Amino acid sequence: MTSNSLLPLAAVLIPVVTGSVVFFLDEGRRGLRTVLNLSGAALSLLVVMVMLVGVFQEQAYAFRWPLLAGLELYLEADAFAMLFSPLSSGLWLVTTVYAVGYMEHYRNRRRFFGFFSLCVATTMGVALAGNLLTFFIFYELLTLSTYPLVVHRGDARSLAVGTLYLRYTVGAGAVLLVGLIWIHGLTGTVEFTEGGFLAPFHEHDTSLRIIFFLLVGGFGVKAALVPLHGWLPMAMVAPAPVSALLHAVAVVKAGAFGIVRVVYDVFGVTFAHGLGVTGVLAVWAAVTILYGSLRALAQDDLKRRLAYSTVSQVSYIALGVAIAGPVATLGGVVHLVHQGVTKITLFFCAGNLAETLHIHKISEMDGVGRRLPLTMSAFTLGALGMIGIPPMAGFITKWYLGLGSLEAGQPWVILVLLASTLLNAAYFLPVLHRVWFRPPPHTLPTPAREAPLFLLLPPLITGLLALLTGLFAAAPFTPLEWSVLITEREYPHGYLPGP
Amino acid sequence: MVGPIVTPLLVAPLCLLLPRRGLYPLHLTVSLTGLLAVVALMRAVALEGPLRYAMGGWGAPLGIDLLADGLSLMPLLLTALVMPPLTLYAHDYLDEDGDKQLNFWPLWYLLWCGLNASVLTADIFNVYVTLEVLTLAAVPLVVLSGGVEALRGAIRYLLFALLGSLTYLLGVALLFAAHGTLDMAGLAVRWAGDRLDAVGLALIVVGLLAKGAIFPLHIWLPPAHSAAPAPVSAALSALVVKVAFYLLARLWFWVAEPAAGAGLLLGGLGATAVFYGSLQALRQGRLKLIIAYSTVAQLGYLLLLFPLASGAALTGSLLQMIGHGLAKASLFLAAGNVIHVLGHDRVRDFAGVGRLLPTTWMAVGLSAISLTGLPPSVAFLGKWRLLEASFQQAQWWWVVVLVGGGLLAAAYLFRVLACAFVDDPAYPEVHRLPWSLTWMPLALAALGLLMGLFSAPLEALLLPGSPFAEAP
Repeated sequence: MTSNSLLPLAAVLIPVVTGSVVFFLDEGRRGLRTVLNLSGAALSLLVVMVMLVGVFQEQAYAFRWPLLAGLELYLEADAFAMLFSPLSSGLWLVTTVYAVGYMEHYRNRRRFFGFFSLCVATTMGVALAGNLLTFFIFYELLTLSTYPLVVHRGDARSLAVGTLYLRYTVGAGAVLLVGLIWIHGLTGTVEFTEGGFLAPFHEHDTSLRIIFFLLVGGFGVKAALVPLHGWLPMAMVAPAPVSALLHAVAVVKAGAFGIVRVVYDVFGVTFAHGLGVTGVLAVWAAVTILYGSLRALAQDDLKRRLAYSTVSQVSYIALGVAIAGPVATLGGVVHLVHQGVTKITLFFCAGNLAETLHIHKISEMDGVGRRLPLTMSAFTLGALGMIGIPPMAGFITKWYLGLGSLEAGQPWVILVLLASTLLNAAYFLPVLHRVWFRPPPHTLPTPAREAPLFLLLPPLITGLLALLTGLFAAAPFTPLEWSVLITEREYPHGYLPGP
Repeated sequence: MVGPIVTPLLVAPLCLLLPRRGLYPLHLTVSLTGLLAVVALMRAVALEGPLRYAMGGWGAPLGIDLLADGLSLMPLLLTALVMPPLTLYAHDYLDEDGDKQLNFWPLWYLLWCGLNASVLTADIFNVYVTLEVLTLAAVPLVVLSGGVEALRGAIRYLLFALLGSLTYLLGVALLFAAHGTLDMAGLAVRWAGDRLDAVGLALIVVGLLAKGAIFPLHIWLPPAHSAAPAPVSAALSALVVKVAFYLLARLWFWVAEPAAGAGLLLGGLGATAVFYGSLQALRQGRLKLIIAYSTVAQLGYLLLLFPLASGAALTGSLLQMIGHGLAKASLFLAAGNVIHVLGHDRVRDFAGVGRLLPTTWMAVGLSAISLTGLPPSVAFLGKWRLLEASFQQAQWWWVVVLVGGGLLAAAYLFRVLACAFVDDPAYPEVHRLPWSLTWMPLALAALGLLMGLFSAPLEALLLPGSPFAEAP
């Protein structure tokens, strides 16, 4: 077993080990726990970075372990995996810093940080899965490791939301399993292949269409496609670092990533297009984008507004994938990263508002920019990124989605993008106006105190990332460059304009 | 091959003579022989194929043969993995009561001997004898917890077990009269498939269904399993009922060739058991009853082997058997801890128990993964193979049973599990238990998950001597 096969395994195992140790540490060992958490996160980021450079130089990293005859646990660092795993391991590090600061006054911290690590381990597994079975295994484990985080507060409301979360996700898991077994029965393999592996089985086209919607439906629950999104706005009862994990690092992303994998590496985008299923998916995603934005507009609770915004934004990924052209693919795939850094910034800031000023509602946010100038600057970067104002990261996404829809001959998508951008602006700009231009009410405590360092650094870092990934999108090793590499591998003969 | 049978048999009377402290070496000896024997047998079978051993040099049809092949190694392995942790747990669990200790250990080792003997014997009359040994050891063990409830449960258990044995024996008598042999291999050769054979087999199957608590003959199981002391409940649910399933599979596929309709009937019973048991488990308010009804449901999956009748289904049901055994043993031990600390097992009053018994509750969580059939547990792989077999044979309705049963299991288990997260500061910090009480449930549950990563060699063991032509 060479180091090349051990690296993907290490990326998954490091957080597992960290988490297991943290479970058995005494509640009072705060320092040791923090050191363990941070070093685990840093170490796995390092491993991922080594693989990232390696994959760029066309190295192969694969780990295989037989489960039963013909079934393998298979971890592989392919180009897609290397888009998702640096995102989740990088944001994990930032979120860990944030969580250490945020969870200070909570009870049961060892349980929290234990499951926190396990959650990241499973996300790495999802990112690095080389076949659909491995993907499914880690996807299910992700459900199990996030449930304790969602219900962490332990009050009646959290528990009720936890049950709702399980109903959605465990049900989705069952649907996925049926689709997975069906594919395995038809083809005898479930291994991800660039360009898909189902095209030779085109005579089973009806079964394949059903399978497509079983799989996309199963992943669509976590990716919050309407009407499967009901759990996501409810799940905001969880502590802020958990919301960050759910919305940006792990859960929603795993669902979207699953859809990407199904379209590209299971069906193959050309074959899926031929089956006529991508058109349905595109409409589905477009409806979700508009619905999420409309609902976001009506929310006064900040975290709920952000949650509906996620419903809308994550569907850009599905939309880009479903338009079935190289340029749109680029837009959808790169949005995996862009949405992650942008949305996590917003949730960090919402957490800071709740922690320092006990503000949960948008109507209470008058003039908070003067109280928390740094936090609210990061918030502004995030909000502008979500709207897609150049040169923020979100603009890059929308640019390529629009260009791609024209190239694929589906100009209606432009209308969806326009409408959604207007709605985004309508639910974010008034907030910014309140924050910066309204006078603060006298009830706010003076003198103003910024959030503590552990809570302040993470949103600043991710906010800057959201700006820089947009500003320097064409520099080497940016998400955009990497997505170009992925798209080129998916469309070997496709036309790609230089970014 | 004789080791796993003889060692516990010899140890059983010794337990009466030794003081409590002297028992520990005995526990370790029996546990180690069990494990070593299984490993040695697995190696031998993997290298040379199925092994027969004539006891005392007398071969069949005169003497009694022992048979070790892939099929019998699975329950043997399960026993070797589950009994040692249960024994260590029982050693501390029964601490307070000296009298109980004295009664417990001989019966316990007799049970262990019966478990190993009944899966290794190759003779259908000898099966009857070992089944009686199992019953006669298990029933008094149930009574040991004392109280009216236990007595009532035990008597009902005894009644069903004896009726089962008698029906089984009647079937054996018919087959012996027709073919003049009791050896399984001999019977397989002479099997005619006529009406007499069919009646004989039917009697045997009904007897085993009663022993194995298969719906609708399950009604003795919940009271008996929920009233027994924790380690006994664990052994009964994880191991004893599995013996009946093993024997069913052995006689059905290795000896007889029943019609497909009969297999479908058994599968139908299994499917009913899955839904009925799960729904009952959802309705129960006491943890031990939930676990007991869950056993009724989980045994139903095993019966899907009979209509599916393929290599994949065989692997599937046996892996499910192992996965369920490990998880169920862990759950009953965890329930024992809860009762030990709280003094009751009413789920509604569990708020904050996760704070009190974190390690125990982690075991409950890991077992729930196995019982729900989620990856990476060995039960997940079992379910996968069963699902695969259903698709291969175009019997898609079993998919509904397998997936629906998993969802129901998630429903009744997460109801229990969620109690751990209720934040009730009224409870003090972690309650300290003896180490075996703390760690044995977790060890069993973790084993149920980790075994999933090492299932490929187990599947390979089933290939030589398999009655199914295609490779799984």
